[in-house]
Amino acid sequence: MSALTTLQISPARWLYLRLSRSPSLTTGAAIILIVLFMAIFAPWLAPYDPTLQETANRLMAPSQQHWLGTDAFGRDILSRLIYGARPTLLLVLFVVLLMAPVGITIGILAGYLGGFVERSLMRITDIVMSFPRLLLAFAFVAIMGPGLLNGALALALTSWPAYARQARAETAKLAKSDYLAAAEMVGIKGPRLLFGHVLPLVLPSAVIRLALDLSGIILAAAGLGFLGLGVRPPTAEWGSMVADGTQVIFDQWWIAATPGFAILITSFGFNLLADGLRDLMDPRND
Amino acid sequence: MTDALLTVEDLTISFPSDNGPVPVVKSISLTVAREIVAVVGESGSGKSLTGRAIMGLLPCRAHVRASRMLFEGIDLQTLGPAGWNGLRGSGMGLILQDPKFSLNPAHRVGRQVEEALLLHTKLSARERKQRALDMLARVGLPDPERVYASYPAALSGGMGQRVMIAAMLINRPMLIIADEPTSALDRGLQDQVLTLLRSLTEEFGMGLLLISHDLQQVSRYADRVIVMRQGEIVERLPASELAQAQTAYTRGLWAARPSFATYGTRLPVFEDSGRPS
Amino acid sequence: MTSAVSVEQLSISFPSAKTRFTAVSDVTFSVEEGQTFGLIGPSGCGKTTVLRAIAGLNTGWTGLIDIFGAKLEPGRKITGDTRRNIQMVFQDPYSSLHPRHRIAHILGEPLKVHGAEGIDAAVGIALDRVGLSPALAGRYPHQLSGGQRQRVAIARALLLKPKLLLLDEPTSALDVTVQAEILNLLNDLKASHRMTFILVSHDAGVIGHMCDRGVLMSHGRIARALDRAALSELTEDAVEAAAWDETPGYRGN
Repeated sequence: MSALTTLQISPARWLYLRLSRSPSLTTGAAIILIVLFMAIFAPWLAPYDPTLQETANRLMAPSQQHWLGTDAFGRDILSRLIYGARPTLLLVLFVVLLMAPVGITIGILAGYLGGFVERSLMRITDIVMSFPRLLLAFAFVAIMGPGLLNGALALALTSWPAYARQARAETAKLAKSDYLAAAEMVGIKGPRLLFGHVLPLVLPSAVIRLALDLSGIILAAAGLGFLGLGVRPPTAEWGSMVADGTQVIFDQWWIAATPGFAILITSFGFNLLADGLRDLMDPRND
Repeated sequence: MTDALLTVEDLTISFPSDNGPVPVVKSISLTVAREIVAVVGESGSGKSLTGRAIMGLLPCRAHVRASRMLFEGIDLQTLGPAGWNGLRGSGMGLILQDPKFSLNPAHRVGRQVEEALLLHTKLSARERKQRALDMLARVGLPDPERVYASYPAALSGGMGQRVMIAAMLINRPMLIIADEPTSALDRGLQDQVLTLLRSLTEEFGMGLLLISHDLQQVSRYADRVIVMRQGEIVERLPASELAQAQTAYTRGLWAARPSFATYGTRLPVFEDSGRPS
Repeated sequence: MTSAVSVEQLSISFPSAKTRFTAVSDVTFSVEEGQTFGLIGPSGCGKTTVLRAIAGLNTGWTGLIDIFGAKLEPGRKITGDTRRNIQMVFQDPYSSLHPRHRIAHILGEPLKVHGAEGIDAAVGIALDRVGLSPALAGRYPHQLSGGQRQRVAIARALLLKPKLLLLDEPTSALDVTVQAEILNLLNDLKASHRMTFILVSHDAGVIGHMCDRGVLMSHGRIARALDRAALSELTEDAVEAAAWDETPGYRGN
């Protein structure tokens, strides 16, 4: 049905059609953009300094001055919530930057080279995969000490194997394809072949997987914060804010509920985004 | 022709684009009686779209309009989803290019051949199986019992296409639309499958609309030939008179096929083929 | 006349679940320089397997393959001048061009790898050589028609000025009219670039039109050597008959 494919429509119109047909992508992207905006412009958006303690105004209910009330140290919860988006998103960013490249590289190498390299790389992957993810991360942070970067390292350490497996399976399938045979025949080899030719074909599914994983990473990051293994106090972070709030949860429930709600919404946003991306990048839609 | 199974008049198919609707099939008319009609053209000529429009299988953004589109007295343009379901598989059947994509790899052949019986008749399981085995034997498959119980992956391309034909014919439809039914097969197998389609068409008294890009090949099996180009019918003539084709286009299509005799010569090509470049 | 390619007692087998599956056994033929040699046979007869061994894409073979005096070694990838001398056009242009690379990149990269200068101009010349407008350089493969894609694939194969061009059913995915264009193009290029062709096909018409000599293959072996006189008698039925000589109707068990 080549007659169908020769009818071109402009890219802008294509994007508009796609977005209008995928409400989940639009909603997810909007949520993530708002959170991102909050994180970047926190100093201008936040009404108070997030670490400013006003002991006279401890545990206040939402009011005109403090829209979401104050916590046990009299700090403004709205301000902490806005600033709290920063370590959360930063952590997610670090995890993504560490885990996806490592996993994809290992997977591509294993899938393309095959033989002994593949067997050893995939056994290592299996071993890491067999550990319970959060437990290994907690142990890592317990040894290395809490902090943003260590938390990110810990989560990345345990989440790359899924990418390696997926990339390996796709690369192994591609290794038999005419694309790569043709590239090899004209003398393209080594890193140029792996990263110039294999990577672009492996990347779309990795990106979708990443978006799906992000909501899990948000939750894991909050979990680390909740257990006091993330950023150090008094820096605002959603997970540790929930932890602080639990001490007074029966009297001042909103202190724990507001950061909890922020975690929920962000995680939900990433999920919607992933869902929409999957529809968008599915090759059957090309 | 008075006993036409299918009558199409002034069929126009267009697709929306930024610059308004683009017609890809332009006001064509054709009839199919109990005979083999070949629709021949290059890719982009609209031949496949025509076949799909008759089966009601175009995507909904396609705009189909015709002054008449009748199958056995039924107006295809006013048919609802239920009407189409009743018609497909029992009144009309479609055979596609590649059995690899039209047979479900997860189901046994027998089940797929019987499916039309299951949907359109009230036969018992035993009767269905008997009909399926008969049909598999009828399309020239050796050892039908074994084919019946195997998965599509165990079949070669030629056998797969025979299974597809069996599945289409099991309910004895009146009209078969075959869209490039052999282009995924080896040359020799192509002839076998087309010979089979021809003999079954005659035996069952069906109509066959054979869509192809290979004029020399289909003309050996068709009664009439319709040549399409860029959405329009260029020429229609009985297959026996192709050697005296009037238009240069038809003659060019005919001569485009290479053979031992064309060794060392240039094959004729269309300079203004109209394809986007 | 000198022999451009000689293949002697070539056997190729693939490891399968239980035993090694022998796809090609004891294939011997030679191709003279400047000729078009046909490997003909029904699907599954091993003709493409032979071609891929000559191309260096499958190195698990035994026997002897000699190309312009250079012996290929089993188990080793082809390198250096021999690599440039042997190029291939694949059956399906839809799957041999990288879907996420523009035409300019597909044609420019091999030149870049081999250290050429003035790549943009060279890409334009390469496109022009196969009858395509240089304006197509900015497009992706899916924005081209099947025939245009196969022309790009041919342009890519010619970039390194090969002496031997391997053609794996180069037109079987194309319409007859496009097939005619591509076959004409291949014959023109063969004359202008002084190349030798090995053409794999199941189509007696294509083989008869293109080939000076050939072999008919069946079940991994050579069934018959064909000269022009024998090619004249080759029919589609004869090619298909080679598939039915001794096989049962099933693949696998």
